[in-house]
Amino acid sequence: MTTETIIWLLPLPPLLAFFLIVLFTNKHKALSHSLAVGAAGLSWLGSMLVFARALGVHEFGKEVFESTFNWLPTGGTWLKIGVLIDPLSAVTLFFVAWTVLMIFIYSIGYHNFGQPKGDHDRAGLPPHGATVTDEKGHKHSVPSIEPMYSRFFAFIGLFAFGMYTLVVSNNLLTLFVGWEIMGLCSYLLIGFWYGKESARNAAIKAFITTRVGDVFMLLGIAFLYSATGTLSFREIFRPEVLQALATTVTPFFGLSAAGFIGLLLFIGTIGKSAQWPLHVWLPDAMEGPTPVSAMIHAATMVSAGVYMIIRMFPLISAGWEPGTPLNPTMSIIAFIGAFTALFAATIALAQNDIKRVLAYSTISQLGYMVAALGIGAYVAAAFHLITHAFFKALLFLGSGSVIHGMEHGVLHTGDHSVDPQNMFNMGGLRKKMPITFWTFLIGGFALSGFPVLTAGFWSKDEILADAFGRGHWAVFATLALAAFLTAFYTMRQITLTFLGGPRTKEAEHAKETPWTMTLPLVILSVFAVGFGWVGIPEHFPLIGGLLPNWFHEFIGPTLAEVPEAAPFSLWPLLTSLCVAVGGLFFGWLVYRKVKSPKQDFLQIPLLKNKYYFDEAYDFLFVRPAYWIAETFTYLFMDRAVIDGILHTVGRAALGLGSFLRNYIDKPVINEFIGDGTGNVVKKAGSSLRRIQVGRIQAYMIASLTVIVIVAVAYYLLVV
Amino acid sequence: MSIPLSWYLVLSAALFSIGLFGVLSRKNAIAILLGVELMLNAVNINLVAFWRYLDPVQMAGQVFAIIVFAVAAAEVAVGLALIISVYRRRKTVIADEVDLMKW
Repeated sequence: MTTETIIWLLPLPPLLAFFLIVLFTNKHKALSHSLAVGAAGLSWLGSMLVFARALGVHEFGKEVFESTFNWLPTGGTWLKIGVLIDPLSAVTLFFVAWTVLMIFIYSIGYHNFGQPKGDHDRAGLPPHGATVTDEKGHKHSVPSIEPMYSRFFAFIGLFAFGMYTLVVSNNLLTLFVGWEIMGLCSYLLIGFWYGKESARNAAIKAFITTRVGDVFMLLGIAFLYSATGTLSFREIFRPEVLQALATTVTPFFGLSAAGFIGLLLFIGTIGKSAQWPLHVWLPDAMEGPTPVSAMIHAATMVSAGVYMIIRMFPLISAGWEPGTPLNPTMSIIAFIGAFTALFAATIALAQNDIKRVLAYSTISQLGYMVAALGIGAYVAAAFHLITHAFFKALLFLGSGSVIHGMEHGVLHTGDHSVDPQNMFNMGGLRKKMPITFWTFLIGGFALSGFPVLTAGFWSKDEILADAFGRGHWAVFATLALAAFLTAFYTMRQITLTFLGGPRTKEAEHAKETPWTMTLPLVILSVFAVGFGWVGIPEHFPLIGGLLPNWFHEFIGPTLAEVPEAAPFSLWPLLTSLCVAVGGLFFGWLVYRKVKSPKQDFLQIPLLKNKYYFDEAYDFLFVRPAYWIAETFTYLFMDRAVIDGILHTVGRAALGLGSFLRNYIDKPVINEFIGDGTGNVVKKAGSSLRRIQVGRIQAYMIASLTVIVIVAVAYYLLVV
Repeated sequence: MSIPLSWYLVLSAALFSIGLFGVLSRKNAIAILLGVELMLNAVNINLVAFWRYLDPVQMAGQVFAIIVFAVAAAEVAVGLALIISVYRRRKTVIADEVDLMKW
């Protein structure tokens, strides 16, 4: 098969798996997960094949894999769609394929495959556990299998299809299709346990919040199409097209067409990648099963937002030269990214739910990438996107494993009031769950940017070095502070969860999870460490130059002008060393003795309540929306205006009808014409019947008289 | 010397008037029928007289008179049959007593 054919086929297996599971194997759990994992495996295999072939191409930035066909006739031309694998999408494909496959495998264990059916599990609620009796007659509570097991695999299959479609697209249109499929799937999966009201609300919140961004993105796509007549990346990124877009002035805020389109598309990213101010949906998305959180936070959804904006970088930066001041759109992007990175990191400090900490760290890390892109650090943004996908998938799956272990403890003690996600209920899990502990530690250190070893260090350091080297001090300082906080709350999380002694009985009875869950953790932790080594800057002290900076050389040529690696400087390196190690150390120092939330000095209401953003949005948007719906739309528009018009029309018709009846029908038609005719005939009859005497001679005399009269009259008048 | 036309007309008119008087004044249905026959024959006299004096070449007057005979004969047959039928049912031939159609 040619590479292009393989690329075309890449998204299909998960889609097929989705349809097969939905249509045929819904009842059969083992078959369903085999189909889904098999499909993910096929796509993985194809992705690796494409990636390997891409590596083999000399100057891959110029000789990309692309294939298009005419889709819609638009006047004299065609709207073309197709697939494109260039360096950026090749590495994206690489991490998507790995993380998706790992998450699929993990889901088998997470949803308790092989366990008995729950005693009173219902579809739409998480499994509550089952009671089994062993050979000695003892009763045990064990985890029970997810009631909607097949449905889950169908949905994540569709999710994976959306992501693959998005990655292989060579144009914004099919990219947007994949984007929206993922929006749908995130809705379906966040609300997977739809029996819980919080899950339903979170699903709706995620869907509507991302939709806000999507509307603007669609506007951007429409504007781009009307301005250039094409949506294909490589056609848009031709120098003359970009030049034209950069010099066209729009009436909006004095931005150029390129800047304005870039801004609209970026709003799509704000929604999808949960940047401030549309970040509110992501933490609530934790309501879904943990593999879904990993899927949304690492492999697919939020990465898609950043991928799209990295993809559109030539458009956003049109007219901007490295070394010159940022154009307005890039400034906005840099500001929002840096602000979000710090803002989310502060909230993460005060969260006690193990998954929520990770959720805010995701927002924060996405802010890093966005900020990096905003200051023009294209390669660094892409690098962090990929390393983050690996270690964040690892962390989420690890947290799922922890929760799973804790749930085991909860089933053992039978005290269901203990929240298995609250970190203050944990402690000492390193001995109970060693594999989870070590992999989580690797993930956490990667997230904190633990020097030299972990992937997170290299990507984060590159972003900081870029910010420093390009002289964006504000961005540099903000990101450095955020990095410190990241390391701090990560260590807080690790300390509270794994170190010290168990704080509850449930934590004492936690148990390591099955191999289907730990194997993905191990594989992902390999990448969380190793993937950083492909992007070591050349001039790094001691180890720089031992390995070529492959990542930069590979990704750089995606752009027409290969960006130069940031000049090496000791300051950003020292900064990132200090913040990472310092943050980790202080995190351990502060939290090693903390036993309960009361001893935690960071449980500040402002942070705990996420700066009251939910409340503010509720006040600013949700309530007014309800108010408009109730007061304006329902009471005023529907009841008063529409109903009023209808009632008036009804009454007018009624009035007209009764007028016609009372003044036309009854007097004229009925009485005058109808009854009147009858009465006249009746009167005439009763008057005339007197001459019907019944005597033949009388009639004859009458006839004769008439004849005589007529004859006389005729004689007198005519003759 | 021939008889002038007006004499025939006078005769015919007299006969017609006698017939009409009979029809109007008699109560017996048979007598009424007789009156009708007289009127018809008065007409016949008229027809034949006019033919003979005004247009003897054409046969129209004679033919008309013969048709009137035939019709009169048929009429008498029907009329008598009706009268017999009425008599059988009501035992009378007095026209005034056959007054079922009276209001």
